[in-house]
Amino acid sequence: MSDRILLAHGSGGRLAHELIEKVLLKPLSNPLLDRLDDSAVVPFSGRLAFTTDSYVVNPIFFPGGDIGKLAVCGTVNDLSMMGATPLYLSLAFIIEEGLPLDELERVLVSVQAAAREAQVQIVTGDTKVVNKGSADRLFVNTAGVGVVPEGIDISGSSAKPGDKVILSGTIGDHGIAVLSQREGIGFSTRLESDCAPLNGLVAEMLAASKRIHAMRDPTRGGLATTLNEIASQSKVGIRIEEEKVPVREEVRGACEMLGIDPLYVANEGKLVALVHSEDANAILETMRHHRYGKNAAIIGEVRPDHPGRVVMKTTLGASRIVDMLVGDPLPRIC
Amino acid sequence: MRLADDFRNSDLAKGLIDGIHRNSTKKARLMEFCGGHTVAIMKHGIRQLLPSTIEMLSGPGCPVCVTDNSDLDKAIALARLPGVILTTFGDMLKVPGSRSSLQEARAEGADVRIVYSTLDALQIARQNPSRKVVFLGVGFETTAPTVAASVLQAEKEGIGNYYVLSMHKVCPPAIKAILDSGEVKLSGLICPGHVSAVVGSAAWDFIARDYGIPCVVSGFEPLDILQTVHMLVSQLEKGESRVEIAYRRGVTAEGNRRALETMYQVFELCPARWRGVGTVGGSGLRLRKAYRRFDAEAAFEFDPGPTVEPKGCICGEVLRAVKTPRDCGLFRTVCTPANPVGPCMVSSEGSCAAYYLYEATDER
Amino acid sequence: MCLAVPALVKSIDGIEAEVELGGVTRRASLMLTPEAKVGDYVLLHAGYAINVIDQSEAEETLNMLREMARLAKDDVE
Repeated sequence: MSDRILLAHGSGGRLAHELIEKVLLKPLSNPLLDRLDDSAVVPFSGRLAFTTDSYVVNPIFFPGGDIGKLAVCGTVNDLSMMGATPLYLSLAFIIEEGLPLDELERVLVSVQAAAREAQVQIVTGDTKVVNKGSADRLFVNTAGVGVVPEGIDISGSSAKPGDKVILSGTIGDHGIAVLSQREGIGFSTRLESDCAPLNGLVAEMLAASKRIHAMRDPTRGGLATTLNEIASQSKVGIRIEEEKVPVREEVRGACEMLGIDPLYVANEGKLVALVHSEDANAILETMRHHRYGKNAAIIGEVRPDHPGRVVMKTTLGASRIVDMLVGDPLPRIC
Repeated sequence: MRLADDFRNSDLAKGLIDGIHRNSTKKARLMEFCGGHTVAIMKHGIRQLLPSTIEMLSGPGCPVCVTDNSDLDKAIALARLPGVILTTFGDMLKVPGSRSSLQEARAEGADVRIVYSTLDALQIARQNPSRKVVFLGVGFETTAPTVAASVLQAEKEGIGNYYVLSMHKVCPPAIKAILDSGEVKLSGLICPGHVSAVVGSAAWDFIARDYGIPCVVSGFEPLDILQTVHMLVSQLEKGESRVEIAYRRGVTAEGNRRALETMYQVFELCPARWRGVGTVGGSGLRLRKAYRRFDAEAAFEFDPGPTVEPKGCICGEVLRAVKTPRDCGLFRTVCTPANPVGPCMVSSEGSCAAYYLYEATDER
Repeated sequence: MCLAVPALVKSIDGIEAEVELGGVTRRASLMLTPEAKVGDYVLLHAGYAINVIDQSEAEETLNMLREMARLAKDDVE
């Protein structure tokens, strides 16, 4: 096989089959995928949770992960945020011609490792190759399905006044780790992306309490955007305290240097849960015992006043609005 | 001692806030000139902590906000030239010019790249010898010396494909123009901390001396700003007008000689258009003849097109502190951070953006 | 305007330095502050050190603020 992906690899012919059998199937192999049928057919009963996502992160390899790990975790997390047990994923690649084969192989190894940790299977996929310049090296699309257990009804519109807001850990790690690799902005840090599958953490949280009303993972747009979305959907006000929001020193340092607010930076291994106040402490304890919830903290509460708005109490005790993100957080001099 | 955190300590803040409340009897109108101060004040909710005797106004100290449409149009026209890589600080990407913005130009195919420093722009120039790398020079005396340094570095290394489009400005003449216009009666001035780190607090002596207005040079942490307000109130209550430095760890009376020399070695003063203020003599910086080969205006043929000002936008008056964002009919209705009409909303430290993003209007 | 942050000079190589801020390091130019030494804190703006921070002044300011806070507490009690 050539050491780079060629247009022919996506055209369905012999070269494409070679790619699938020799490169794609090996790391991902499972009985359903190995059939290579047009669709995977699985038995199912109950309420189906169904999500889709596309991943275009640049660079495709970053400290703490790569586009493959991101794709699996992102999809697993979208399902988990509804309280669903993730089961099956589809995986589609749009590859820019010329991508080194070993980079694709590295991504697949990551996909497999993430899928194994999350206990999900990749059961169907697709590969297309486009001309040089038509894709930024590698784009990934996924769809994921899971089953929502009886009695679980979690939604962004279900937050209630009195609920406590629990954040599962430090914010800004992913966005800053990726930013540190960008040309024109480079800085060195040991910081890694927090990219992780959260279904295990969510399962434990649900075992501790059934009164989790809303849950979301603060990806693009950061915590601020996610809280605003929930406040809007649930028609409630959310009040958080600046001092309670955990931020790593390195993230703070990088944000200060570049003039970015950590509240708006993407996370890929965190969740924010709005839960009945009586169960908040129990849920928090459970989270803190989990690998991905060690730094969990109650950062605020839901109020009936200022519906749709998020307000933050600053370290000085004054209040300010935390609005949604507009555009990308850009490094600035002013 | 942890420099940033120490100056955010809420216990120490209480001491300052108490002091301000106890001492302030006279009505005071304080202006912060620097956009960075506007943001810090809004972000930490400082207005809410001050007594009602003190009114805070924001001045035109945001180099992005005061960039005239005609200058921005030049940058966009340059970005569109084949073979040009336009490097810029992130602040300028979304600022609307007469017809477009750098972000839109990029979407249409122009090679516009965000950099954190001219060091990064120089690196892009070294790595792309067949392209022409233009750096969009925006900023006051804090930034201009760094751009000057990059020109000197390019000269030293013989980098032949690096250019600067200068829209740099210096502050004192603009502050003077605002004071001379008599539009706003100020009781005190919060002087820009990092501009002062370069030019020295002596640069503001003329304000205390000729206009009788107390000046205090401020840092950007919450304690710095509160300390500055405390010192201004002290002067006011005693009827004094002097220049004082609150930001003693960063600013001296004479500033950074080396930085100023570097800046004036490469740049010379010229008239400049300040949005909202008009043309102010001796307030702009252009490359000296000796460095003409780095001057993007001289090196390229380009047509920025006619300059058009947006209708209904009162950024000019907001910048001069004659109006506040709330007085603008477009504020929040048409003009929002997602859809900005004027630079006061686009710039992360423009008054309008600060008001929009941080002001807890329902809480007041 | 002028986002500048205090950064610690970790090492110097000619006219450039490695500076650190909260665990993040970056190269910075000392062209405007050639007098900066390892162990100094500098004001970092757009990749350049624009001034050396006077740490003794910082300490003095903090002490003064601590005194103010103490007096304010005493008044209340």
